[in-house]
Amino acid sequence: MKIDKETVEKVAHLARLEVNEEEKDTFAHQLSDILDHAEKLNELDTDDVEPTAHVLPIKNVFREDKVEDSLDRELALSNAPDKDKGMFKVPKIVE
Amino acid sequence: MLDGYEMTVGLEIHAQLDTNTKIFCSCKNEFGGEPNTHTCPICLGLPGTLPVLNEKAVDYIIKAGLALNCEIATFSKFDRKNYFYADLPKAYQISQFDLPFCEDGEVKINPEGEEEMIVGITRIHLEEDAGKLNHDGDISNANSSLVDYNRVGTPLIEIVSEPDIHSPAQAIAYLKKIRSILEYIGVSDCDMSQGSMRADVNISIAPVGSDKLGTRTELKNMNSFKAIEKALYYEPKRQKKVLESGGEIVQGTMTWDDEAGKTRAMRSKEEAHDYRYFPEPDLVPVVVDDQWVAKIKEEIPELPDTRQKRYVEELGIPEYDAGVITADRQMADFFEGVVSDYDNAKAVSNWMMGDFLRLLNEEDITISEVKFEPKDLAQMLKLMDDGIISSKIAKTVFEEMFATGKTPDTIVEEKGLKQISDSSELENIVSKVLEENQSAVDDYNSGNKNVIGFLVGQTMKATRGKANPGMVNKILREKLEG
Amino acid sequence: MELYRLTAHELHKKLVNEEVSAEEIVESVYGRIDEVEDKVNSYITLTKEEALKKAKEVDEKIANGEKVGPLAGIPIAIKDNMSTKGVRTTCASKILHNYKPPYNATTVEKLFDADAVMVGKANMDEFAMGSSTENSGMKTTTNPWDLDRVPGGSSGGSAAAVAADEAIISFGSDTGGSIRQPAALCGVVGLKPTYGLVSRFGLVAFASSLDQIGPFSKDIRDCALAMNYVAGHDKMDSTSAQVEVPDYTKALGKDIKGMKIGVPSEYFGDGIDKEVKDAVWKAINKLEELGAEYEEVSLPHTDYALSAYYLIAPAEASSNLARYDGVRYGHRSEEANGLVDMYKKTRREGFGDEVKRRVMLGTYALSSGYYDAYYKKAQKVRTLVKQDFERAFEEYDVLISPVTPTTAFKIGDKSNDPLQMYLSDICTIPINLAGIPALSMPCGLDSKGLPIGLQIMGNHFEEEKIFQVAYAFEQETKHHKEKPSL
Ligand SMILES: [Zn+2]
Repeated sequence: MKIDKETVEKVAHLARLEVNEEEKDTFAHQLSDILDHAEKLNELDTDDVEPTAHVLPIKNVFREDKVEDSLDRELALSNAPDKDKGMFKVPKIVE
Repeated sequence: MLDGYEMTVGLEIHAQLDTNTKIFCSCKNEFGGEPNTHTCPICLGLPGTLPVLNEKAVDYIIKAGLALNCEIATFSKFDRKNYFYADLPKAYQISQFDLPFCEDGEVKINPEGEEEMIVGITRIHLEEDAGKLNHDGDISNANSSLVDYNRVGTPLIEIVSEPDIHSPAQAIAYLKKIRSILEYIGVSDCDMSQGSMRADVNISIAPVGSDKLGTRTELKNMNSFKAIEKALYYEPKRQKKVLESGGEIVQGTMTWDDEAGKTRAMRSKEEAHDYRYFPEPDLVPVVVDDQWVAKIKEEIPELPDTRQKRYVEELGIPEYDAGVITADRQMADFFEGVVSDYDNAKAVSNWMMGDFLRLLNEEDITISEVKFEPKDLAQMLKLMDDGIISSKIAKTVFEEMFATGKTPDTIVEEKGLKQISDSSELENIVSKVLEENQSAVDDYNSGNKNVIGFLVGQTMKATRGKANPGMVNKILREKLEG
Repeated sequence: MELYRLTAHELHKKLVNEEVSAEEIVESVYGRIDEVEDKVNSYITLTKEEALKKAKEVDEKIANGEKVGPLAGIPIAIKDNMSTKGVRTTCASKILHNYKPPYNATTVEKLFDADAVMVGKANMDEFAMGSSTENSGMKTTTNPWDLDRVPGGSSGGSAAAVAADEAIISFGSDTGGSIRQPAALCGVVGLKPTYGLVSRFGLVAFASSLDQIGPFSKDIRDCALAMNYVAGHDKMDSTSAQVEVPDYTKALGKDIKGMKIGVPSEYFGDGIDKEVKDAVWKAINKLEELGAEYEEVSLPHTDYALSAYYLIAPAEASSNLARYDGVRYGHRSEEANGLVDMYKKTRREGFGDEVKRRVMLGTYALSSGYYDAYYKKAQKVRTLVKQDFERAFEEYDVLISPVTPTTAFKIGDKSNDPLQMYLSDICTIPINLAGIPALSMPCGLDSKGLPIGLQIMGNHFEEEKIFQVAYAFEQETKHHKEKPSL
């Protein structure tokens, strides 16, 4: 699988990652290599194989609908890079 | 209005579930509250935290599915829907992609001015709500926003309709029916003003008879029936204009500008979303067996359609009135409360459809905020039947009950509204009225018998409405003829 | 002998006999840290003040005649991807350089309940992505056996700390070999338990369906002891198994006569260094001498495991790491203009190259049009890999193989070639895909004097059989007594 620069740009945007021109080339190259290696999987016929999402057959794990203490707001906000009026402050959303 | 074209509407209704706690953590599930006071490491998405599913939320979606005639999936799972936004702490929403809890349902609706019809429900799935952004003024020119995560993790069900809806009236009837049913089964309060029910509305038009749907536009997070109705009149016309001028409909999200009464394309350089759904590795599948479904089935109360039918067939209430009363569970419960104390159900429904609804609308309150009890209304109706108050006075009594919550007995007593049925007292009053209206008496005597109505009115006026009208009539006739 | 050189079970005896105090033990370990930490760089954060406080509490308990457990007063290092209340938890990433969690991971909480003493937070590859700890955004940890070499990764700090006697026991996490590989390269014991046996609550997720916490120790008994305290169901982790936790130390010393060992031939391929293969075969022969029987077995999908892993793990990671967006905690770019730009710059500045690479890879593998070809295909291959093991464990009690293709490599040797680095996980990755437990323990030194690891794999929840075999081998050979000369 050949990953081109345009694909790198698209993926980087989806992942909200800024990449410069040089990194685009590097990523295109490295991702192509790794995906080439992944092509190996196509040697296997998996048409009748179920995918594994969980290795253990656990099901129906629930929590009781009982209220427990929330965090103190001060603690909830203690790591915030920016805050105001008890809320997390973020830069303007519409550019 | 769209001659040559037909509109198709798809509705995705989001309803917040009324559980005590959030869907994946034990924080209180409550509207409002000081910002960020109902949060914990889990709903804030702090590194290392994991979700654990609230069993009640599953009970509730099964209940909703059964009430909306869906198939309940025996095997269901959660998936991650990945996208970045400031109100989404994990940068993914835990939702359901290919294996939702409920599929293939339907509801019956009675759109205003149209035939009764069935609307199909494609699926209902369970997911978590996001937080809330606050900005000074409009989001498009706010320099920064403040995020409150209290709402994050509120359990939501999303109900997706089949493309069966083709008019604004059908859309509104469908929305109201879904709201009514969810309220009946007690899984959501569906309060649109608080955002606990909101809808994404997809609109497309296609030439009449075409078997293909047109390109659709989407209005997200609509939270008023009026706005939805207006948008459903506006948007298809706009699309028609575009098509007829040779243009193409651009698929995408639009916003409804209620003030301008227009839809507007969103200003955004976002490419089409690519949510990269994949199975949520932190949650295990849910297997729902027959026993579980049977247990929930037992908890489902009589639903509005059945109740309406019963009112018509057993209580003799007109179908329309029964429809209005049963649409709101609290209204119907109130009605039944009155009827249990007073057996003329028809008279009860007349009062509820009349002055009661009028006052509720005028005061803009819901039935739960009404100050008097069903038994008070029953008492008032009995006072009328017993001739203690006239129907005219009853109106006054009712308004006073509505305003103060006092019992009808107290109101009649305090205000001295008791009907005058004492014949000697009434005879004195009538004599006085006849004296003061000699010309009317003359008219009567010269053959204009209709003037008696005027004289009754004058007598009622003299007693400030308290006179027993039947008796007044009788005494007047006796005196005039005598 | 210096206290820091001892094991937990040895220290426990001295402690309850009141030969030494917990405070002395903790002071001894910090003394060792003062001596060697500037060479080894095992730790990102040291928590001496809290540690001494905890040690004094333990001493008081003992003075009051209270019974204390085997981990009481034992200095323990915690990988810096486990949430510790009020103590910086960075995942060795600049994006979390200042993050102080308001809660403890379940494992940390259990250790505190057992009166263990946290020495500090150990260095690692950023977000546990790597096999050398060179991807740390904080510092480079060295291998105590040769300071020019890597300690392995991603739990390199945890492994080096135990190897250098800077902690008695430590905890790491293993997603594709991140406990076993550094344990092998540093000559200590490391266990990746069955997926779901140890709670993941509070473990900062890399690849949720593969991540598992486990201990590093100086011998098998300490490993079993540590597992006694961290294994078990946790209601905060939906994927945690509802199983009875046995006393793992009861498995130690049991005869291995008649036990059946499978030797998967795919794990002895051309890519594996001859000295490593020889040492592992020598170990197998030793176990045969002790009465076990062995047979070669084939796990035919082994070669595909690596490719499946390098789709599944990055895909999950791309989603797990999306939350580092500069809104609620951690680094936020100062340069940004608007929210989207803030996201992009924050993540550019905060993440290192390897993390970016895997986030990109994972995003691509999940993106529209590629999901079936990559992610879903990989999950199907995962099923095949799992079935290989299921078949093998119908026949064998444990499987034995090398842990790593080579002994510790030089710092910088592989850091520019990601694919080459990924290939060094070839013997450990299939285990994570299958969710089975596997242990790494020393089985000798190569000609350069570097430790070689032996991998013992068991079926789901059969840690006891692993311990039984491992202990028999350890007691017979005493390779764990070989120590680096720092
Ligand atoms: Zn919460």
